[in-house]
Amino acid sequence: MSLDAATVRRIAKLARIRVEDEEVQTLQGELNAILGYVEQLGEVNVDGVEPLSGGAQMALRQREDVVNDGGIAGKILANAPDRELNFFAVPKVVE
Amino acid sequence: MSIFDLTIAGAAKELAARKVSAVELVTAYNGAVEALNPRLNAYITVTPELALAQAKQADARIAAGNATPLTGIPLAMKDLFCTEGVRTTAASKILEPFVPQYESTVSAQLKAAGAVMLGKANLDEFAMGSSNITSGYGPVENPWKRAGADAKLVPGGSSGGSAAAVAARIALGATGTDTGGSIRQPAAFTGLAGIKPTYGRCSRYGIIAFASSLDQAGPMARNVEDCALMLNAMAGFDVKDSTSAERAVPDFCAALNRGVKGLRIGIPAEYRMDGTNPEIVALWEKGISWLRAQGAEIVDISLPHTKYGLAVYYIVAPAEASSNLARYDGVRFGARVDGVDLIDMYERTRAAGFGAEVKRRIMIGTYVLSHGYYDAYYLKAQKVRNLMLRDFTQAFAKVDAILTPTAPSAAFGLGEKMDDPVTMYLNDVFTVPASLAGVPAMSVPAGLSAEGLPLGLQIIGRHFDEETVFAVSAAIEKAAGFTALPEVRAK
Repeated sequence: MSLDAATVRRIAKLARIRVEDEEVQTLQGELNAILGYVEQLGEVNVDGVEPLSGGAQMALRQREDVVNDGGIAGKILANAPDRELNFFAVPKVVE
Repeated sequence: MSIFDLTIAGAAKELAARKVSAVELVTAYNGAVEALNPRLNAYITVTPELALAQAKQADARIAAGNATPLTGIPLAMKDLFCTEGVRTTAASKILEPFVPQYESTVSAQLKAAGAVMLGKANLDEFAMGSSNITSGYGPVENPWKRAGADAKLVPGGSSGGSAAAVAARIALGATGTDTGGSIRQPAAFTGLAGIKPTYGRCSRYGIIAFASSLDQAGPMARNVEDCALMLNAMAGFDVKDSTSAERAVPDFCAALNRGVKGLRIGIPAEYRMDGTNPEIVALWEKGISWLRAQGAEIVDISLPHTKYGLAVYYIVAPAEASSNLARYDGVRFGARVDGVDLIDMYERTRAAGFGAEVKRRIMIGTYVLSHGYYDAYYLKAQKVRNLMLRDFTQAFAKVDAILTPTAPSAAFGLGEKMDDPVTMYLNDVFTVPASLAGVPAMSVPAGLSAEGLPLGLQIIGRHFDEETVFAVSAAIEKAAGFTALPEVRAK
């Protein structure tokens, strides 16, 4: 399977990465090289094999559904590129 | 003998005997960093004043009689560990202004043990790479040179700054992280020991995430004993990481002198790949004979799905990365590039903030998780991953540890292997399988190439059996008697 230029643009859009016109061809070649390499998995028979999602040999731990943190708005906002009072500021979304 | 000849264990003894103070040791290392880092670029951020303040506290603690073996020991911290009040970049421009308001669990535990932080070590951007050339803060120079040549070599990656710092003796030890080989391959390229513990052994809390089902922290140091000392302090259960293992941490140092007598060591047929460098194969044969001579039983084994490891890895890791890196959107932290609207701001921020390799991996990950392709790529890779785990489980029914080469070559030149991403990915062919299975694996320096560059052997163990990995690694180290040093180093 080979990606065309339109698909490369669509992936970039989904990934929220701006791609300039002159970058598309290079990316297309590189992404196709990687996808071409992973094609070999097609030859492995995985009938009846469960997917393995993680390296941990255990069930995920759960904790009580309670508030156990908070009151650190200043720390959370300390690295914000833009802020107003105790809020992150972003460009206007609704006209 | 110079102060830079001391290992962590050696320095701890000198400190305990009050023959040297932590302030003296750290002052010497601060000076070495200042002298050599402009050339090597092993650190992105240096913290000499913080180091000196920590050294003073360490001396007080040693005087009070409650020191640990790491008290006063100057370390490099991979710049992927969040450090409270000290800029943490993941070697990405998108995190250039980021100053964490909290401390990662691993760095906090090292701090609690009294270790001193010299600075934040360079790496491949978001730990994605095998050469440190994808760093947004410039490449790292390997302190080793080919005999009689002056070409700059890469230190490996992604923990390349950590590796170069320890090899050049501008750190006594360093933290690394390993997702597909990022501790073991740079350790091999720079003549160091380095261990990727079992997935879950060290907390991932506060480590900037790349591929969460694979990422694991570990130590890199001059020898196996120093790695054991560091891992003793780094490992342990942490409620802040839901995949952290709720298990007691043994004293890894106690395993160093167990020997290998009676141990069954597996040699996987599938690691003898066509076209593997004959020097690497010869070193592997030497390793086998060393272990046999020390009383181990050598057993031929099969890990049938080895050849699919890289293909699985280059689906699973980008998929997880595309999800993890969605957080860099210019809103809550990091750099922002303004746009005409919110979406434009996201797209411009991420286009400017991420380097080429990171963008490639996010896009591959986005594609393999997208509607219509999820089953064909991501689900399929997860199933083959399970077969790879099964390979190891079946092998470990017959053997106690597995011996392989760490990397398919010695360190290569800056600018080599750059033709296409897949060529670079092949560096991880021997290290990726253990990452996918979650088992512990260590690289130990075992010899020099004909060109005079270090080569490593890899020891893989059962889940949570780092002790056997340490025992076998110590046996290899003892037999190899690796004493070579790089040309560029603090003296």
